[in-house]
Amino acid sequence: MTGFFLGAGLYLCFLMMFSLYRAIFGPKVLDRLIGVNAIGSKTVVLLLIIGLIYGRVDMFIDIALAYAFLNFIAVLAASRYFHKRKGLYEESTFE
Amino acid sequence: MADSDTTDFETRESSKSGVAKKILSFLLTFVFMFVLWIVLSGKFDPLLISLGILSSFLVAWFFHDLIFPDLEFRYISIFFRFFAYAAWLIKEIIKANFHLMYLVFHPRMKELIDPQIIVFETSLKQELAITTMANSITLTPGTVTVTADSDGGFRVHAIDRASAEGLPGKMFEKVAKLFGEDI
Amino acid sequence: MNILVIFFLLFGLFFFTGGAVGIIRMPDFYSRLHPAGKLDTLGIMSMVLGLALYNLNHFSAGTLLLSIKMILIIFFVFLSSPTATHSIVDAGIRAGLRHWSKEQRRVE
Repeated sequence: MTGFFLGAGLYLCFLMMFSLYRAIFGPKVLDRLIGVNAIGSKTVVLLLIIGLIYGRVDMFIDIALAYAFLNFIAVLAASRYFHKRKGLYEESTFE
Repeated sequence: MADSDTTDFETRESSKSGVAKKILSFLLTFVFMFVLWIVLSGKFDPLLISLGILSSFLVAWFFHDLIFPDLEFRYISIFFRFFAYAAWLIKEIIKANFHLMYLVFHPRMKELIDPQIIVFETSLKQELAITTMANSITLTPGTVTVTADSDGGFRVHAIDRASAEGLPGKMFEKVAKLFGEDI
Repeated sequence: MNILVIFFLLFGLFFFTGGAVGIIRMPDFYSRLHPAGKLDTLGIMSMVLGLALYNLNHFSAGTLLLSIKMILIIFFVFLSSPTATHSIVDAGIRAGLRHWSKEQRRVE
């Protein structure tokens, strides 16, 4: 079972590369935000899998819970912040 | 926002049933917070339990009208009917997610999708009902809620024509029945 | 029991794959939100449910508590993920981004 968990974790890391591409090369700021959000939601599962592999779920579950909360707050705060960015608007009208 | 809250609070405090509601919401918040403390801490020392009682008492004392702002008795039946609604919603989410998977892996995806923004009005009045409706629309694949206002108007971004035509439809009937509103 | 756990994990990984590929392939910002917001939600729900079931293999009070915490994560994600998606799309609307559509492409 540990081997299967290891494979699932590695596959999740591989999927994070796709989201990382969007987070780095995203044409607009909000595209990057989507990439960061997707990475965060995969990280919660990855933390739980790491905890199960090392046999310390009781410790990693708290980190995963805090990470889920923090991811939500970060996305909310960032999108509220970009409400007032004028650069976004110009970028969109030029296209 | 703070002003309207305090005036609302005072008017409710003056009536007699308002006091009972306040005590009930205080007790509910206290029980909720304490169960959360037990689950999150997982230890049963006398010191930690008493610290938990103290902190959840303080939270319930200051924020008793934050989580359960206005309690009514029909909320109990809504609470139980919500489980049936959640089961239906999860079935619907899984069924419609496969449609989105088909779209994503299709080689000629850009010919299949047809993004559009549609506007429709519903007769929902309660804030909780509107929030439930908006979140359900977002969770059902093919549609994302753009704006939802307090009169029950929605703007929805739909990814293809089929999911745009399915709105408001059955989901609105379910939500209206859940919250006891007339369709 | 283990077969059920593996089924849930593979189901979740399948949807995560769809979400990751969808984020890359979709043409514009609004349609990228569809795979990011929903396929990921279903993926995280099913994977965490599978891990909670696996955790209950050695049943005791401690593992039950851990599984309850995992269910708490599912519940929280179920509430917060639509809210986060709505917040991002609201920022896009206020910034005035136009959405990609077929008609617009035909004109060009």
